[in-house]
Amino acid sequence: MRLTCPLCGERDRREFTYYGAAVYADRPEADAGPEAWDDYLHLRDNPAGETRDLWYHELGCSAWIEVTRDTVSHAVTATRLVAEREPPAAPKGRGRRA
Amino acid sequence: MPRLIETSACEGLLPVILPEVGLSELPFAPVTSVAPFAGKEKAVGTALKKLGLGWPGPGQSVRAGEAACLWTGRGQAFLVAAAPEGLAGLAALTDQSDGWARMRLQGPGAEAVLARLVPLDLRVAAFPEGAVARSGLNHMMMVLMREGPQAFQIMVFRSMAGSAVHELAVAMKALCARAALG
Repeated sequence: MRLTCPLCGERDRREFTYYGAAVYADRPEADAGPEAWDDYLHLRDNPAGETRDLWYHELGCSAWIEVTRDTVSHAVTATRLVAEREPPAAPKGRGRRA
Repeated sequence: MPRLIETSACEGLLPVILPEVGLSELPFAPVTSVAPFAGKEKAVGTALKKLGLGWPGPGQSVRAGEAACLWTGRGQAFLVAAAPEGLAGLAALTDQSDGWARMRLQGPGAEAVLARLVPLDLRVAAFPEGAVARSGLNHMMMVLMREGPQAFQIMVFRSMAGSAVHELAVAMKALCARAALG
């Protein structure tokens, strides 16, 4: 498996460390309330299809990147610097409770 | 006052000279991490030009004789073998001179030695002279630069110097043993 670091180019998987779903970069405001924080800390989607996660180019340039990949086809379709991620527009309906 | 003994990072470890390839320690040179402050990127580039260098793009270096400015990450470069004149106030400067072991791997087998340890395409077409990569030397963090058709500069943390020399020497010996078999 190879990932494309936006700075270094295509690199081997062993250079990267996985850090979980990309929503972890969307930290709620400090006064957002317990439900938002519960969502942020504990609730994750488990999609069959496109998913985004955070990877750290640890054995490389030390950049944090967001990788878009497909959990069904295993295709890696896009990467970008976490620094270039737009902040989320508004609180989303993600992490709905059943 | 304790009496301190000055030694180089690879004292007693290098050189390792084999028929196909040799590994030697580079002479001591100042290494300064340069991280431009927000909005000062252009001014840093101008200051580096006055030193005969310039700000390197990702994976690149700007060299002038022994002096070099190596890209080492997002918003960070290493100034090697040159004093960071004119950069104060424009960039965060950190003297890392004694934090790194700097080595030169040279010879017709240099690429083949690195191929055993580094997960990169280091053929000259993909990694030309002056190209820089931060990558792994087996499990170690490394800054790698191609100096010439058969020469690479390798920088590892000084504390890793022994391990780096061991890894490289094992690969070098294996390469030369195979070459000797014909």
